[in-house]
Amino acid sequence: MIQVSNLSVWYQAINESVLALDRVSLDIPRGDIITLIGPSGSGKSTFLYVLAGIQRKYAGIVTIDGRPINPKTQRVGMILQNYGLLPWKNVRDNALLGIKIKSGPQELNDYSHYILQQLDIDTLLDRYPKELSGGQRQRVAIARAFIMKPDLLLMDEPFSALDAITREEMQALFLHIWKQNSVTTVFVTHSVDEALYLGSKIVVFSSSPGRVLEIIDNPCFQMEDLRLQDQYHSMSMRLRKILIKD
Amino acid sequence: MRSRKWRGAIYSLIVVILAWWALSALLARPIVPSPYDVLLNIIATFTAKISTHVLYSLGRILAGILLAALLGVPLGFLMGYYDRIDRLLSPLVYFTYPIPKLALLPVVMLLFGLGEVSKLIMIVLIVVFQVVITSRDAVKSIPAETFHSLQSLGASKIQTFTEIILPASLPEVLTAIRLALGTAVSILFFTETFGTEYGMGYFIMDAWMRVNYLDMYAGIVVLSFMGFCIFSAIDAAETHLCAWR
Repeated sequence: MIQVSNLSVWYQAINESVLALDRVSLDIPRGDIITLIGPSGSGKSTFLYVLAGIQRKYAGIVTIDGRPINPKTQRVGMILQNYGLLPWKNVRDNALLGIKIKSGPQELNDYSHYILQQLDIDTLLDRYPKELSGGQRQRVAIARAFIMKPDLLLMDEPFSALDAITREEMQALFLHIWKQNSVTTVFVTHSVDEALYLGSKIVVFSSSPGRVLEIIDNPCFQMEDLRLQDQYHSMSMRLRKILIKD
Repeated sequence: MRSRKWRGAIYSLIVVILAWWALSALLARPIVPSPYDVLLNIIATFTAKISTHVLYSLGRILAGILLAALLGVPLGFLMGYYDRIDRLLSPLVYFTYPIPKLALLPVVMLLFGLGEVSKLIMIVLIVVFQVVITSRDAVKSIPAETFHSLQSLGASKIQTFTEIILPASLPEVLTAIRLALGTAVSILFFTETFGTEYGMGYFIMDAWMRVNYLDMYAGIVVLSFMGFCIFSAIDAAETHLCAWR
């Protein structure tokens, strides 16, 4: 369970401090996946950085399972838009980096091999990131996050740099692996479609400074052939209206 | 890529030798002996005369580079990682960087004598600045996002260092050392012209004084070849260690 109450974050600009998040309150139950949607500059990424322990200066209370944020004791998997791979490590070492930091040097075991296989990158182990396509790099980032068996998964527009076809494939693949693990997940996106496809709840952020406009239970989550359903379109309309009004 | 480098080296070697040979044929005077005679002289005298001097020079330059790297790389990393240290030290580095270090030779020799220590200090002085500045800039140019995934994993300072800072800046540091090498060899030559009876600098100047031009040229060729070998070794290390580039 992640509890966020009255979270505010200021950024120090050259002469002034800029309010990025304004009194955000949000509860995320364990094992749930929520999507955060909002315009650029609405502080969605900042929110993730707070949960990840990267942004340490903030006001308000943020706890994970009742304890304050501490990346050293928590297992937080993070998947970024630019993949967050280290260019000097091959696929194997990149995929094992998370668990290496947490538990010391590792070899591929059955579980990590299974994940790599699921993501269809188990044949690319000796390649470096520059030798991979965007979709393959993102798969390595996903493998890295799942292999470390995280308590919390934070995803910052992970699929936005991919082409449309690859993106839908990756969304489906991600959801498939996620279902087997049910990790508490916060997924930041600027795509209404992605928010509907991947979020059991959708949190809509306002433009700068970021506030929570609405938290919506998503009836479309885990629906078969989602994009062909009427409900998908009506939900999509509803979300767009909230975003436009802001 | 590798074969292209080698072809370039062989091509350059042929051009230099041809030009040298043409010059010696044109002048036909003992001050420019033919490359063939010099080569024969090297073969005849290397083991007996030149090899000891090569070992001395090689030892000095490798020790100098190693010491410069051991001092410069950590300092550059600290400056690149911690803004405070950078603000404190950068002005000093920038202020002292343009001072021609060779001009400090008399001071160094007055303080540390004519022996090995002074020679080492001079090489370190030349190489270390480039290494510090390059290491610092290499760390500074690592994007913040690269650190983010590791931070979210709760990586320690040491892990951040071994997983990110060191591998990210290694190529640039090696390049800086490789480029500083040319100056370092010149300095080595200069410092070996006095206070010692060993080293290629001594050998070349001594041959000159003895008007033994064949020996002198042999020395120049061997010293150049030594420089080329170190240069290539660093280049090869770079290719091997930074295969990900």
